[in-house]
Amino acid sequence: MANEPEYLDETPSQTAGPYVHIGTVPNFLGIEGVYAEDLGARMLDEHTKGERITITGRVLDGVGAPLRDAIVEIWQPDAAGLFPSPEERRGAADPHFTGWGRSACDFDTGLFRFATIRPGRVPLPDGRLQAPHVNFWIAARGVNIALHTRMYFPDEAAANAEDPILARLMAEGRGETLIAEKTDEGFHFEIRLQGHRETVFFDV
Amino acid sequence: MSDDVTPRPRGSFYPRRRDDWHPPALAPRYRSSTLRAPRRALISIPQGWGEITGPVFGQNMLGELDNDLLRNFARPGESPIGERIIVHGRVLDQDARPVPGVLVEIWQANAGGRYRHKKDGYTAPLDPNFAGLGRTVTDAEGHYEFRTIRPGPYPWPNGPNDWRPSHIHFSLFGSGFAQRLITQMYFEGDPLIERCPIVNTIPDPAAVDMLVARLDMNASLPMDALAWRFDIVLRGRRSTYFENRPEGN
Repeated sequence: MANEPEYLDETPSQTAGPYVHIGTVPNFLGIEGVYAEDLGARMLDEHTKGERITITGRVLDGVGAPLRDAIVEIWQPDAAGLFPSPEERRGAADPHFTGWGRSACDFDTGLFRFATIRPGRVPLPDGRLQAPHVNFWIAARGVNIALHTRMYFPDEAAANAEDPILARLMAEGRGETLIAEKTDEGFHFEIRLQGHRETVFFDV
Repeated sequence: MSDDVTPRPRGSFYPRRRDDWHPPALAPRYRSSTLRAPRRALISIPQGWGEITGPVFGQNMLGELDNDLLRNFARPGESPIGERIIVHGRVLDQDARPVPGVLVEIWQANAGGRYRHKKDGYTAPLDPNFAGLGRTVTDAEGHYEFRTIRPGPYPWPNGPNDWRPSHIHFSLFGSGFAQRLITQMYFEGDPLIERCPIVNTIPDPAAVDMLVARLDMNASLPMDALAWRFDIVLRGRRSTYFENRPEGN
């Protein structure tokens, strides 16, 4: 069968389990001296361009309890909408911005926290502009395959209204689950795994 | 931007087989999934720059002992208790091409089945010479290697008498954020594999088999360490950038 396409299967996912911190954020856990610092702990330096923002949030289970053992990662463009990645071919991103952050949820409060910048706008493959947003990835005990979602900003009403993905979700009554709240400190994003306000998760 | 010097796939990732290959979100025999599994269907969206790009991790960020769990926490002249092993393999994509530059992070219990973690209260003792974490970045051929000890099995609160098989947790970054993967590696011949509710969240035995490392005598070090081979396959990606790329984008 010479023309039969042959592809390998992807290695299947398994849960990160409750001890994910050991491998991903050992210093946060208190295992010091193996890695100098936890990866993803710093996204910025003093030269990073853009508006400094703080994003906090929680991941809530089906009874509204915050997950205290989850790990959350974000991936976002710089202030100009460019990703600091070799795969980015529209231009050179800000060399003082990593674009990637990793935060364990607090063992007591369940809060995750990122010090970052407000992202620029990025076009979809068809050229339509998306609203500023931050890509989220969540892994935890009880989560068999990590979850992808995105956070939009409550003070970007005009851009949000013309975002093709958000507009479609708004029409279905679920878009609000992706819009963070403005707080004194910055923005707060509650991720609900279940319930009538279950966050939209994406198959990307 | 100029064309790539080396041809490598840069387009969108192949769809994930979520229905019959990866574990479903809800798997009631794994009790923790019941309150944590989203109940609504995932929403499919086109892969854009945010999905096909991802952070970069170079060899230069690694410490000399980062992939040597026998030594990266041990006191001088000492080493952890347990079977000394090498765990190695290649990271490929679904087109069987090696994936270089993949950050591979691992974590595991010690030989007694105890994690160095404040939430682990299992009776087995901590090993003062073992932290249970390591990391490396795949080379140009997609190869990675760790030295460690074989982790022990341990009981966990789920069913009345559930035990985890010996396993090592793996976290992988490919070339794009949509390629991100977390999984676990098991050891060939372990009778606890087929009894494990977490393993059994995976519906297809052929998929489980991909997680079972094989004894690799050729890579073993005589009078030192047995080797286990664990190849990992990340999502493949189309050769070309967005097929419907508009003018001037």
